[in-house]
Amino acid sequence: MVAAETVHPDAGFAGLAWIVALLPFVSAALTLFLGRRSPGKGSIYGIAALAAGLVLSLGVLGHFARSGPTAESSLEWFRIGALRMELGQYVDGLTAVMLVVVTTVSLCVHVYSLGYMHGDKRFTWFYVVLSLFTGAMLNVVIANNLFQLLVGWEVMGVCSYLLIGHWWEEHANSSAAIKAFITTRVGDIPFLFGIFALVYATGVRTSNIPQITEMAAKGHISTGWLTVAALLLFGGTIGKSAQFPLHVWLPDAMAGPTPVSALIHAATMVAAGVYLVGRMFEVFLKADPWVLTFVSTIAAITMLIAALLAMIQDDIKRVLAYSTVSQLAYMVAGLSLGEAGYTAGLFHLFTHAFFKALLFLGAGSVIHAVHTNNMSEMGGLKRFMPVTFWTFAIGSASLAGIPPFAGFWSKDEIISTAFHQGKYALWAVAALTAIITAFYMMRAMLLTFYGAYRGHGSPHESSGVVTGPLIALAALSCVVGFLNATAFNISAFTDWVHIGAVEHEPFNYGFAALSVLGALLGLGAGYGLYARWRDREPLRALGPGYTLLEHKYYLDDAYWYGIVRPIRDTVSAAVYWTNQYILDGVVNGAAWLARRVAGGVNEFDRNVVDGAVNGVGRTAGFTGGLLRYVQSGNVQRYAAFLFTGVIIAAIVVTRI
Amino acid sequence: MIRLPLALFFSAILFSAGVYGVLARRNAVLVLMSIELMLNAVNVNLVAFAQRLRDLNGQIFALFVIAVAAAEVGIGLAIVILIYRNRETINVDEVNLLKW
Repeated sequence: MVAAETVHPDAGFAGLAWIVALLPFVSAALTLFLGRRSPGKGSIYGIAALAAGLVLSLGVLGHFARSGPTAESSLEWFRIGALRMELGQYVDGLTAVMLVVVTTVSLCVHVYSLGYMHGDKRFTWFYVVLSLFTGAMLNVVIANNLFQLLVGWEVMGVCSYLLIGHWWEEHANSSAAIKAFITTRVGDIPFLFGIFALVYATGVRTSNIPQITEMAAKGHISTGWLTVAALLLFGGTIGKSAQFPLHVWLPDAMAGPTPVSALIHAATMVAAGVYLVGRMFEVFLKADPWVLTFVSTIAAITMLIAALLAMIQDDIKRVLAYSTVSQLAYMVAGLSLGEAGYTAGLFHLFTHAFFKALLFLGAGSVIHAVHTNNMSEMGGLKRFMPVTFWTFAIGSASLAGIPPFAGFWSKDEIISTAFHQGKYALWAVAALTAIITAFYMMRAMLLTFYGAYRGHGSPHESSGVVTGPLIALAALSCVVGFLNATAFNISAFTDWVHIGAVEHEPFNYGFAALSVLGALLGLGAGYGLYARWRDREPLRALGPGYTLLEHKYYLDDAYWYGIVRPIRDTVSAAVYWTNQYILDGVVNGAAWLARRVAGGVNEFDRNVVDGAVNGVGRTAGFTGGLLRYVQSGNVQRYAAFLFTGVIIAAIVVTRI
Repeated sequence: MIRLPLALFFSAILFSAGVYGVLARRNAVLVLMSIELMLNAVNVNLVAFAQRLRDLNGQIFALFVIAVAAAEVGIGLAIVILIYRNRETINVDEVNLLKW
């Protein structure tokens, strides 16, 4: 590798961002090779690496908080013609923010897993994959070129497969892992072709992200190519960030251990898709305008259908899973609003990471205590688990959009931007979804923590390693919203993450009030329906609508009968046929041929080889027999030969 | 004074008679006698050339040959007698042990 350092002299901490991404890989390797013999069965490596990574990330963020310049540096990996493959980092405000989010959440998850995964038979392996997963996400975040980003992206896919299927002994878990892997893969293929399209559009010269975005911004790439590339890249986002119609994998991914769900849903994996759009935003901006309309349509569909599904789930993790899908759609919707919504969308990604990690870890704490995922077997846990209850309540309030918690600030920004941009349909859907969000979180809170306990045994509060991360994340969920609280004229986040000129829009109290009203409406409806749990789910009153939701809009069935079954049956029939006729034919033919050849060899051996050997022997015997007559034992004949010889010799000698 | 060609001619006939005897006779004793003939033919040659060349070496050689021939006949007859005792024949054709 040829070092081609181009670190800006003032890069400071930003130039060291690559260390943050490298640390989890190192810790994964250490855990893998030394884990079993190390203290804490290998967990210390991951925790130490992420703690160090968090400190460094904060340093990087501090660099941008002081309005430091972006940093880019790379090593040349190899060249193909004019195409330079790099291994490098591109660090700007967005990168710095993502680094902090990923390391914070991942550190919390690592610590939390100490308690949650205690005694698991693959504890060390779990930490290996957890670290690798985090490292892959950080690699996506710092990558300065598309191919490096793709590498991190795919490693995440593999790690999600491994983690969702961590308890693979149960068939449901392993099939959920396969579903997650293959569904995201469906999105990865367009993504890969999107990369090709962009690299081709640069004249196959570079895959460097800042260069491509600059070319796009300056109009060096035609709109047609950008449109194609943007659509294809968005395919990757649909897969990874679980947007309609590929959102189906995410709820099933709940089969994994809860810390994994927290990591997948908050900081890594699903965030990668949104981050990709944010990173390649110039491509979307300069593409044909209908691309962003398409993106916002997908987002609107996703946020509403996912929120509706979250309403009826009994599994607490599934409620949160659908809410993640819905919230991701908010982020995508924010980004689809163009420059105005860029900051809002990514700000929601930022705040959502904290409170969704909090909610998942809280749900994990509950599940650990009551040994079930079903809210119908919970209830009244407020008394047994006060810490979990309060932190979960903060997370729920944040998700529901109650000020002053984090979710309020970011979600409100998206909704009001949609209105200001004149996207009234999107605004209406987003506002409706916000109400439903508040409703289902109220439902989850009431079913889990209020009323009488309906489960078995006596639940108790989780240990310190579990509640510690909960408290930390709860505290963060309270404060991170203020990083961009326009009501108080704070716009730190906007300064770090923006595109084009920074516009400080005045805080609109009317919209905020409307949002809060909507949230309260949802909460009130939820309270009204679920304050006293009855055996019968009140929402069943919806009749056919409920059935539709129960079957997830028949989307899974449609995929199963429409895609998986036909393909699988056709493929398996084809495979059977191939196996039966072609492969068996080939095998039998080969056997027949081998027999024939062996027969030929046999004949050859017997006749030719043996014949040659015997022939030589027989020839020798024959000639020997001939010579035998010479040596008759008759002295006179010998004498005759002798005289003949003498005569011949005499003739020869005298002639010479 | 016998002329050399005459002596050589005589010697050649004698030698040829000896060769014929060695090759054609079946009686071992006659074979031995034929060998004597051949030796003596050589002696004639030696003496004839000795006289012609005025050199006594030839005559001395001839004397040696006579001595050796006497010894040879002694051994040869002893062998023939042993063969006869063992196989009750002195027919050379039947004494064919000298083979593979």
